[in-house]
Amino acid sequence: MGEKLNIYRKKFKVADCLEPYLLRGGKYWDIKTSKFINADIIIENGIIKDIGKFSSFNGKVVDTSGQVIFPGFIDIHVHFREPGREDEETISTGSTAAAAGGFSAVCPMPNTDPVIDNQEMVRFVLEKGRDLITDIFPIGAISKNLKGEEISEIADMVNAGIVALSDDGFPTANLGMMRRSMEYATMFDIPVILHSEEKALSGEGVMNEGYYSTKLGLAGIPSISEEIAVIRNIMIAEYTGCRLHIAHVSTAGSVEIIKNAKERGVRVTCEVTPHHLTLTDKCTETFDPNFKMNPPLRTEKDVEVIKNALKNDVIDVIATDHAPHSIEEKEVEFDKAPFGIIGLETAFGIINERLINKNIITFEKLTEKLIINPRNILKLDIPEIKKNNRANLAIIKLDKKWTVENGNFFSISRNSPFVGMKLSGEIKGVFNKNKVWIR
Amino acid sequence: MPLSSKHLLGLEGVSKKEIELIFKTADIFKEVLERPIKRVPTLTGKTVVNLFYESSTRTRISFELAERRLSADIVSFSASTSSTSKGETLKDTARNIEAMKIDIVVIRHSAPGAPLFLSKILNSSIINAGDGAHEHPTQALLDMYSLREKFGKLEGLKVLIVGDISHSRVALSNIYGMTTMGIDVSVCGPATLIPRELDKLGVKIFYNLDEAIKHKNVIMALRIQLERQKVGLFPSTREYYNYFGITKERLKSAKKDVVIMHPGPINRGIELDSDIADSKYSIILEQVANGVAIRMAILYLLSGVESSLKV
Repeated sequence: MGEKLNIYRKKFKVADCLEPYLLRGGKYWDIKTSKFINADIIIENGIIKDIGKFSSFNGKVVDTSGQVIFPGFIDIHVHFREPGREDEETISTGSTAAAAGGFSAVCPMPNTDPVIDNQEMVRFVLEKGRDLITDIFPIGAISKNLKGEEISEIADMVNAGIVALSDDGFPTANLGMMRRSMEYATMFDIPVILHSEEKALSGEGVMNEGYYSTKLGLAGIPSISEEIAVIRNIMIAEYTGCRLHIAHVSTAGSVEIIKNAKERGVRVTCEVTPHHLTLTDKCTETFDPNFKMNPPLRTEKDVEVIKNALKNDVIDVIATDHAPHSIEEKEVEFDKAPFGIIGLETAFGIINERLINKNIITFEKLTEKLIINPRNILKLDIPEIKKNNRANLAIIKLDKKWTVENGNFFSISRNSPFVGMKLSGEIKGVFNKNKVWIR
Repeated sequence: MPLSSKHLLGLEGVSKKEIELIFKTADIFKEVLERPIKRVPTLTGKTVVNLFYESSTRTRISFELAERRLSADIVSFSASTSSTSKGETLKDTARNIEAMKIDIVVIRHSAPGAPLFLSKILNSSIINAGDGAHEHPTQALLDMYSLREKFGKLEGLKVLIVGDISHSRVALSNIYGMTTMGIDVSVCGPATLIPRELDKLGVKIFYNLDEAIKHKNVIMALRIQLERQKVGLFPSTREYYNYFGITKERLKSAKKDVVIMHPGPINRGIELDSDIADSKYSIILEQVANGVAIRMAILYLLSGVESSLKV
């Protein structure tokens, strides 16, 4: 398997664009009109030089007939394990995995070792990301060492280039601290991203509490452990005026709470992962640790409500919570395995197969959830496909069916619950930062 | 293969027909156990390993005895003496076992799903001897076998399981097995010790023991793990005994020929009054005796020994 993986990785590499490229025969997504437009695209020096029909061309021609071109997607919730656990994912391998999933930008969470909780660490991440094909927009820790006790040097980190704050998997139980951090963040109008979980209610839980946890004898994490934290975080945000982004919403109750908050004008946004949109706690019956993540997979009813919330814009963003873990860590008894799964390379295929093809959302919604909303939340430019804009785009063969294979990940880790699943829509290439990755 | 699976991972999904076959096979072995020489050559040349990652007295001894009575070669190890304390993963331990060409693996483990995990990486037959709070199928089989012996049939019996249902693999396996066999199953215990949506498994839930006990043929008292009190699942053993302890007085509203079961070990004076545990109602020791016959039946049926049973 290892050998096969290496061959696969060697076959498709990121390269500098040394000559002009012509993407010929496809159609691109126009954000202004929310439509596909049939046209060729010329890319030169990292810029969209021209859009139209071109018969003669001096440079490299990429045949995109039968394919579509979207502005590059952004994933605002990933875990790259550098520094600390480079055996699981580096910023560089994570970046390639992102490109292979159509993402030209990612926001790594700060729970590395050491933690990204000061400007030096932010600079380290930015430096590591400088020559990669994806834009790396780091998220800084809210609290020093993610301990939930003292506020990190947030102003310094903002100046160094963070786009958001989060203590992701380590929600503080200290509400005074939470209130002060949100208050502090208002000075920079930077979003605070909160993994909303009341740990005292989760206890030793390893999966959703309900029928299946009862059946399997596994300790449950109740839905209220998320919902109580969501309510509380929204109240603090409302009180302080802080911009709050709720990470990976997983329960019907959270959706209802967020909907109410939005209706009364609280500055709150939220995201959902592809797995919470498509898998349920029934999957846990296999005791396969690749179905173990936090928040856990919930019930069918939760999934239905969440899908509707995505459609009705209560949920603003799709983010993967890409969380690589080594085989040694994951291939153990279910309750001993760490939480988390990888998601960058399968996200689009799942969304396309399970949401677009099933007419649950449209391409317009998809671009809102994967491009426009997340970039607005982080105050980043929208990479519209337009003459003279930066070439930041993904080429996708929508009707290509493919099966997720353990050996075909660009991520170093392979802890995916989707292995063996048939998806549709294959990322054929990504252009960004005057670099190209073509499958 | 006489059973539909080569493993016994739990009673969920095991059919009535299969359970009846296990009982009929156990009848034959029970007869063997009455003989002066209690050993048969059925599993000669087969190797069984007993992997006990969690301490156990009666289940381990019962399995070992069953294996010896069937003339199998046996290897036993428990977590404290094995390399698990040196940090070897279950997967590596399993691989080593595989290299030793073992026919049947009996495993007890604190992690739910550990037997299923083994069944995916080993070619051997796996018997679950208890996995966390998930299942303990041989215990439930011997419980039902003892009831079948006592009442002649299982269908229509009313069984009440009392105590810590949340953390009990015995309760869960019995719920699966008994509902399959047409037994009417109720549970009773403090609300903090009854898992969510348990009713969906086809059992009735009671919080009042006097109410629950009415007209029951069988009361199964589960062991209360005293450490649960520390994490606030119930206030005190005193209060537990007062509201959920099985007493002579309480038994009056059950059927006259009510039977008391307990998977052991008993906390006398907490789950069960001492005089009840030793009374005529109790079939606790019959349960232990039947355990060997049931385990012999399982070992035989999973061993793949082709010849018809000659004992």
